[in-house]
Amino acid sequence: MSKKLVTVSVNGKKEEKAVEPRTLLIHFLREELNLTGAHIGCETSHCGACTVDIDGQSVKSCTHLAVQCDGSEVLTVEGLANKGVLHAVQEGFYKEHGLQCGFCTPGMLMRAYRFLQENPNPSEDEIRHGMAGNLCRCTGYQNIVKAVQYAAKKLQEPVAA
Amino acid sequence: MIPPRFEYHAPKTVGEAVALLGQLGSDAKLLAGGHSLLPMMKLRFAQPEHLIDINRIPELKGIREDGNTVVIGAMTVENDLITSPILQAKVPLLCEAAKLIADPQVRNRGTIGGDIAHGDPGNDHPALSIVIDASFVLEGPNGRRTVAADGFFLGTYMTLLEENEVMCEIRVPAFAAGTGYAYEKLKRKTGDWATAGCAVVIRKSGDQVSHVRVALTNVAPAAVRVEAAEAALLGKPFNAANVQAAVEAAIAACDPAEDLRGDIEYKTAMAGEMVKRALNKAWSRCA
Repeated sequence: MSKKLVTVSVNGKKEEKAVEPRTLLIHFLREELNLTGAHIGCETSHCGACTVDIDGQSVKSCTHLAVQCDGSEVLTVEGLANKGVLHAVQEGFYKEHGLQCGFCTPGMLMRAYRFLQENPNPSEDEIRHGMAGNLCRCTGYQNIVKAVQYAAKKLQEPVAA
Repeated sequence: MIPPRFEYHAPKTVGEAVALLGQLGSDAKLLAGGHSLLPMMKLRFAQPEHLIDINRIPELKGIREDGNTVVIGAMTVENDLITSPILQAKVPLLCEAAKLIADPQVRNRGTIGGDIAHGDPGNDHPALSIVIDASFVLEGPNGRRTVAADGFFLGTYMTLLEENEVMCEIRVPAFAAGTGYAYEKLKRKTGDWATAGCAVVIRKSGDQVSHVRVALTNVAPAAVRVEAAEAALLGKPFNAANVQAAVEAAIAACDPAEDLRGDIEYKTAMAGEMVKRALNKAWSRCA
C-alpha cells in the first residue's frame, strides 16, 4: 500500500511526513512527532482523551486519519502554554483540582480551550453539555466544571497593561 | 487498534468519486465522517481495500433553499445542522434532534449523509428523514436519481443506496406554518445510541389531526414508519384515547434486538413511552 505525503502544521510548526493511509492522527502525533500529550483511551471515539484541535474544531484524533489532515492546522495540548506560562484552562484545572489521575486531562484541556471560544461565558449546564464528549473516571466532573468556569472568568479579564 | 491496510483516494468532485467506485467495485468504501466506519475497521468488521474520502468535495457540503425545499449536502456535519439559520427557521426538528446525537467532537465530523447511508438502526437520521418526508439524491454511473426516505431503509446496514452510488443531497420540504414536531430519544448516557427513539411531525386543523408522521429509532432492524399509529390519529381529535391507540400500534411494530440497553420487553415498552411523549410534545407545539 502506497504511503501518502502529509503536510500539516502542528502547534505552529510545519511537519511533512510520508504516512501509511491507515495511520490514525493520534498515532501520527504520538509516534511520528513524539507529541505524547494526547492520550489513547477507548480508541472508539467515546472517551475524548485524544481530543485535539483541527482547523479550529475539536476532533477525536483516534478516529481521524493523518492523511485527512493534509493542509490542516493541528493544535495539541503541548501547544497550549505560551513561553512557559500556562493557558487559562490549564491554570483552571490546576487551581480547581480538575484532575486526579490526569489521563483524561489533555483531552479535557483541548476541549475546554475550544469550547470557551465557541461559548466564552457559559452556564454550568452549557459547560456540562459542551464537555460531554470527554469522560473522566476520577473526579466526578464537579471540579472539571469549576476549572472551566475559572478559565472562562480568567479569559474575560481585561489584559493587564 | 489500527485499521487494516487500504489505499486512500481523495476525489475533488462527485463525478470522480463515482468513477472511483466504478473502477474499484465492492473493494471500496466511501469515507464520510468516519465515526462509524473507522471503528468498524479497527475491529475488523469492515476491511475495505480502498477508502474513498469524500470530505474534500465542496459540492457535498452546505445547506441551501431551493424554492420551498431545504437542500442539505450529504457531507454536512451534525454541528452545522444545529447552527443553520435555514434549518432553524424551516426544519427545526433537525436542529433539535442533532443535539441528541453523539457528542460535540463527534458532531464536528459525523455527517447527515453518513448517518443515513450507513443503515445502522441505531442512527437517528433515518427515522427523522422519514417523518420530515425527506428524499435523497443519489448519483451513480448513470446519473442522479431521487428516492424517498420512506422505503429507503431495508434492514440493518441495508438501504436502497447501491454500491456504485454516492449520496449527494437530502431534500426536505419546509415545514408548513404551525407544524408541531418532536424527537424523543431515551439513552443511557451522552453519545449512546437510543434505547428507543421516536420522531413525530404533526399538524392540526381545529382540534383534529390533519397530518401526522410517526417513525421509530433502534427498535427494529431498520428505522420504521408506523402507519398504523398515524392512522389512529389522522382526521381525529387529539385526545388520550387516540394517543394510546397510536402507542399500541407503535408497540406492535417493534422488533428490537436484546442488548446491553435492555431486553425486548423493556425496549418495546420504552418505544411506546417515547411515542407518547413525542406525540404530546409535538401536538403542544402545533399552531
